[in-house]
Amino acid sequence: MRIFLKKTLMAPEGPFDLNIDVEVGDGECVSLFGRSGCGKTSILRMIAGLQAPQEGLVKVDGEVWFDSSAGIDLPPQKRAAGFVFQEYSLFPNMTVEENLKFALRRGEEAARVQEYLGLVGLKGLERRYPSKLSGGQKQRVALARALLRHPKVLLLDEPLSALDVQTRWRLQDEVLRLYEKTGITMILVSHDPFEVMKLSGRVFMLEAGRIVKSGGPQDVFCGSEWEVFFHSVKNGPRAVRGF
Amino acid sequence: MTYDPAPLWLSLKLATVTTIMLVLVGIPLAYVLAFSRGRAKPFWEALVSMPLVLPPTVLGFYILLLLSPKYAFGAFLERVLDTRVVFSFPGLVIGSVIFSLPFMVNPVKAGFQNFPHALIEAAYTLGKSRRQTLVSVIIPNTKASLLTGIVMSFAHTMGEFGVVLMIGGGIPHQTRVASIAIYNEVEAMNYSAANFYSVILVVFSLAALVLFHVLYRRHGEVV
Repeated sequence: MRIFLKKTLMAPEGPFDLNIDVEVGDGECVSLFGRSGCGKTSILRMIAGLQAPQEGLVKVDGEVWFDSSAGIDLPPQKRAAGFVFQEYSLFPNMTVEENLKFALRRGEEAARVQEYLGLVGLKGLERRYPSKLSGGQKQRVALARALLRHPKVLLLDEPLSALDVQTRWRLQDEVLRLYEKTGITMILVSHDPFEVMKLSGRVFMLEAGRIVKSGGPQDVFCGSEWEVFFHSVKNGPRAVRGF
Repeated sequence: MTYDPAPLWLSLKLATVTTIMLVLVGIPLAYVLAFSRGRAKPFWEALVSMPLVLPPTVLGFYILLLLSPKYAFGAFLERVLDTRVVFSFPGLVIGSVIFSLPFMVNPVKAGFQNFPHALIEAAYTLGKSRRQTLVSVIIPNTKASLLTGIVMSFAHTMGEFGVVLMIGGGIPHQTRVASIAIYNEVEAMNYSAANFYSVILVVFSLAALVLFHVLYRRHGEVV
């Protein structure tokens, strides 16, 4: 898939220009990494059609979702993108099962709901309302719901950042398992370097709307301020002094 | 002493029909006003809220002219509905819908505006249209504001006086609702009959509002 986006975004420090042009391979999992307010979430929103760039091209699996030069701008409903929001965004009036059923197309078999409930380990919680679920369970429902829509790309907007560390680790394994099982293309937005290292094969490091570094997680974090951070985690704070 | 219950039934019927009409008209209107970003939005918002500030007689007067068969719109309505609109029940309904419009539209609009936008976007990314999102996601999660709109429109229509008098003329068994009957009875110094209608209106209104607060407590915490 090709993602070329240009847009002036507002940040507390003032406006800045988002300008990225990347290719993501089929079945690849890439991360957008950077400080908050650098345009990561906006990129996901523009891919999903929730926000329009001033100029750009979004092409997924040979299908043009957005092309400013040709005047094409498919609405989010027509883009096969699964979106997992940071705050889960489950519908509070629907049970777990109903939340998943809502993602089905008209006339689609309801058995798929059971299959995906099993896939994310939520069997037995079908009749619960989101308010009676833990954060981790909510995000599993959100993941299953996004996948039920037959997406060509799964967009994860800091999906685990609202969870406690242990749940986050468990969910990272879960996401990895789902990724390996479905072989879906994934774009993950995160500001957690460990998460990025664990989940993605390629990282785009963003600063004020531009990609300043890209490549494998090791290469991207190597030589950056993050290397000091990793080094300290691995070898203890004493090692950093001699770093 | 027996009193004619017809005005009370008529009020009840008018309030029920008006409220049903307002649900059908008010929800789409509230939706458009809540989410539109057009330049004319403040104008439409002001127009919907006009009945809150205008004297009912002014409103009644213009609605009377609007519905009059002497003018194009009134003549058209009479042809379509095949009945006289002014000084009749259909006329009362049209007048009441316009008069109570802000009582339905404003709370529902506020409910829609306060509804988390991320949930609407989540529905869109799941392939659902605006209409499906409104029916399956927004309305079920903004029940409290819809309830406020329904109760307020109903109660407001029950207590309406100026507009129904102007449009309906207070014709017994046709357009003489309870509030007009009270006025007529007081004018005729028939205080016991006036008291009969008044007590029932007071009790009914109180009961409706208590019911509303009970339901609000139950549904108000959904979102």
